[in-house]
Amino acid sequence: MEKEALLTTVQDRLKAQFGEGVISSEILYDYPVITVKRELICDIVRFLYNDEELAFQYLTTLAATHYPANKGKEFCVMYQLHNLPKNLRIRLKIYFSSSDPVVPTITPVFSAANWLERQEFDFFGVIFSGHPNLKRILNMEDMTYHPMRKEYPLEDGTREDKNDTMFGR
Amino acid sequence: MSTIIKPNVDIVSAPQGIEGPGFFATRIDKVVGMARANSLWPLPFATSCCGIEFMATMASTYDLGRFGSERLSFSPRQADLLMVMGTIAKKMGPVLRQVYEQMAEPKWVLSMGACASSGGIFDTYSVLQGIDRIIPVDVYVPGCPPRPEQVLDGIMQIQKLVENESIRRRDTPEYKAMLVKYGME
Repeated sequence: MEKEALLTTVQDRLKAQFGEGVISSEILYDYPVITVKRELICDIVRFLYNDEELAFQYLTTLAATHYPANKGKEFCVMYQLHNLPKNLRIRLKIYFSSSDPVVPTITPVFSAANWLERQEFDFFGVIFSGHPNLKRILNMEDMTYHPMRKEYPLEDGTREDKNDTMFGR
Repeated sequence: MSTIIKPNVDIVSAPQGIEGPGFFATRIDKVVGMARANSLWPLPFATSCCGIEFMATMASTYDLGRFGSERLSFSPRQADLLMVMGTIAKKMGPVLRQVYEQMAEPKWVLSMGACASSGGIFDTYSVLQGIDRIIPVDVYVPGCPPRPEQVLDGIMQIQKLVENESIRRRDTPEYKAMLVKYGME
């Protein structure tokens, strides 16, 4: 199936089922991308999993991103789904505000999302409601912030021998 | 008639002392220091590329065995020298500390390379900015990674420390104060 045809098929299937839940769809960097409503993400992923023709039954990855300049839609979570027998791939995106970073978990559909969602919680502070074990996975447990958010510096904050004049920060 | 070729081997000379027919007298700490310095058992705590360079140091070209350290100890209980080689993530910190605490006194620490000594290029939230923040260090070997010659030099510096260490150094108030500083008492 061509990418454009795949995008149209998935979009029509989702619109028939979820109506206003589908916000936009496009081919972005040679990849079909569908932006959907955050509240529906788990239902949409489950629908695509159970659909006999589409059968997106493999979660390639999911990742969060932070765009502080994008007011009201500072955060994005991206889900990459794969149909292995037919080799079809699509990407789902949800956008939400940093004041309310709560997203329904997709762990009931994909157990593989467990650690991925923990990682995004760890680095971005995205709260996946309904997640069975939402705690830090890679960073120290006593870390007090979410380091991949743009408002925090990349550098280690405890050093005293490096300053702005030396490194042009 | 065949010639006997004497191998050019430099062996450790006896410590200073008083010698006479049938006896040799010297200080006990000199003998102990000599024995310890030339039979160090290193524990390689290798986490990245410095560990690869250490493998070269152990192999035949450079041969750490020439310095009496060919026997690596992978158990901290039997090791004298902790060699920390590579980037230590903050999450690895408690592990390194536990390994250090499990070693029996007397013990020494060699920090190999920029990352172990200062965090190196990884000035970032997840990397420990030098292992001396959690355990005491005796010798730092600079480099990224250091060449085997530099590691050998570091080992020789450790040997000098070991040789000249007083037997009672670990009982001194200074040493205890240092342990308290690291929260190890």
